[in-house]
Amino acid sequence: MKPAVIVFPASNCDRDAAAALEHATGKAPLMVWHGEASLPDTDFIILPGGFSYGDYLRSGAMAAKSPIMRAVIEKAKAGTPVIGICNGFQTLCETGLLPGALLRNSGLKFVCRNVTLQVENDRSMFTGAFQKGAYLDFPVAHHDGNYFADDETLTRLEGDGRIAFRYVDNPNGSARNIAGILNEAGNVLGMMPHPERVISPLLGGVDGAAFFKSVVEAAA
Amino acid sequence: MKAKITITLKNGVLDPQGKAIEGALAGLGFAGASDVRQGKVIELELEESDETAARAKAEEMCKKLLANPVMENYAIEIMA
Repeated sequence: MKPAVIVFPASNCDRDAAAALEHATGKAPLMVWHGEASLPDTDFIILPGGFSYGDYLRSGAMAAKSPIMRAVIEKAKAGTPVIGICNGFQTLCETGLLPGALLRNSGLKFVCRNVTLQVENDRSMFTGAFQKGAYLDFPVAHHDGNYFADDETLTRLEGDGRIAFRYVDNPNGSARNIAGILNEAGNVLGMMPHPERVISPLLGGVDGAAFFKSVVEAAA
Repeated sequence: MKAKITITLKNGVLDPQGKAIEGALAGLGFAGASDVRQGKVIELELEESDETAARAKAEEMCKKLLANPVMENYAIEIMA
């Protein structure tokens, strides 16, 4: 497996994502700068958390139009697994690879704490190691995590089993408690919580390590 | 020509900032202000000298970057 982490200006979870991948695969991933026009040989892509381009205009709006994203979109459409975490989720929505958008948190505050998620889809390539309804504790750290889509889209996501995770106690006002969604083909996952921040007891939890293990095993 | 683009949240999209402003206005004693919605204005110079061409270019900019049609509406004003 040859995973790659895309690094945007003001990404701040890129190294956490790299550490989590290294923890799961035993090998450091490729780090790819946003200004590159093409991807190195990779079969798994992470768009990390952070505040790319200072969240100017809209969170993820500029990152979605950066040079490397043309290659990422092409790869994603060809079936390569892509995970967008936090700012990465916002960016995936801005590219149109995932439906909907992440709005300002309904409580207006930046929310930075651990939340409990429930696995909604246990058949996806990212969540196959978990049982439906399993609980995972991941931290969230965002100002714009309030998932929004029109009712028709939300109902379609639910009907097609494309909601990967829901919040047990919704921290941001997300429609239908959505914490993470899949694209139609099931190879693109966007999620606001940060599994890469909980890969060791020293970091306050290990649920993220289980998540990355599940992902890496499925993609290998 | 100059373009002034006003971007607003679509009806039905929750606007917590608008709500907070509404609350603050009420707190200052401005009674009867309701449905406060916050948006943004982007101004830019376009090299086009023809209004139709300038509008078409601004429209394309809105679709590709400036507005997100999932949650936002936009209005374009072209000025000489």
